[in-house]
Amino acid sequence: MTSDNHVDGNAMGGLLMDAFGREMTDARGCCASCGSEHVMAELIVYRSGPGDVLRCPSCSTVLMVATPLPSGPRIYFSRLLWLAPKERA
Amino acid sequence: MARAALRGRLTWQVADLVDRIDETPQVRSLVLDVPDWPGHQPGQHVDVRLTADDGYQAERSYSIATPADDRRVTITVERIDDGEVSPYLVDELKIGDKLELRGPIGGYFVWQPSDGGPLFLAAGGSGLVPLMAMVRARIGGGGHVPVRLLVSSRSPDEVIYSGELGTIDTDQAGVEVIQTFTRAQPPGWSGYRRRVDREMLAEVAWPASDKPRCYVCGPTGFVEAVANSLVELGHKPQDIRTERFGPTGG
Repeated sequence: MTSDNHVDGNAMGGLLMDAFGREMTDARGCCASCGSEHVMAELIVYRSGPGDVLRCPSCSTVLMVATPLPSGPRIYFSRLLWLAPKERA
Repeated sequence: MARAALRGRLTWQVADLVDRIDETPQVRSLVLDVPDWPGHQPGQHVDVRLTADDGYQAERSYSIATPADDRRVTITVERIDDGEVSPYLVDELKIGDKLELRGPIGGYFVWQPSDGGPLFLAAGGSGLVPLMAMVRARIGGGGHVPVRLLVSSRSPDEVIYSGELGTIDTDQAGVEVIQTFTRAQPPGWSGYRRRVDREMLAEVAWPASDKPRCYVCGPTGFVEAVANSLVELGHKPQDIRTERFGPTGG
């Protein structure tokens, strides 16, 4: 969890925007395991595999896996209870 | 293109490299002209995509170093010697060459003068890039929010924008720059010479009672150490925004 080989959800902004059609790094989500709420930018991201693994910064449960496929981005939801994009002015 | 347009406003665009600025032996700023650039906020980044002759593509994210300036977008790239993308950007890309990018990206690690302050910025190495966009926006006419910028570098020759940092007049600008050099210091240096720790932050950061907005950017270990120390000093986690660079940005 405290190893140095991760980044955070800021780096996922482009892929998430591609998938959702809007800025998502400030979207709020809830971990289904521990119930804590974080914005996407705060999630811990491991990028070493074919998909980027997004983990809860509170309990390190895998919330999502994001994969850029030739057909477009694909997001696998595992333990993300809900996801709420931020209201825009 | 039609499909991309249907998915949202983020599409790949072709930019022209119009200038290159040597920052350090390992780091170069690239000034890009991007037609139809919608503007951006300090702290945002772009994704850059390179495509090889055989169709292989590699993407990286680079923070924008400057405030919004019409079609101009400046990114600052550190050469990672075994990287796939950064050696090309730093060494090979010539003025007049084209570069594919998309952006601006980011809605969390952003600050505009109208967001208020005081502002405390902590940079580890090239984590200075998005924070410099905030400082430049603030100095370039963005109000009176007091700013303290703490820059941690291994040695003086690794400090990007060092000339510009040295010319910031604290009294006039309301922006104070504090540096620490963890391995090698300039001759006669009397300032900090260690990694950022809680004691340093207690001296340098605005006290928690001032409710500053804190932005921390750098390598993962730096970001987590600084953010944890700020929380120990009483800053609320929601007032501390962080951005981690990977160990190999590439």
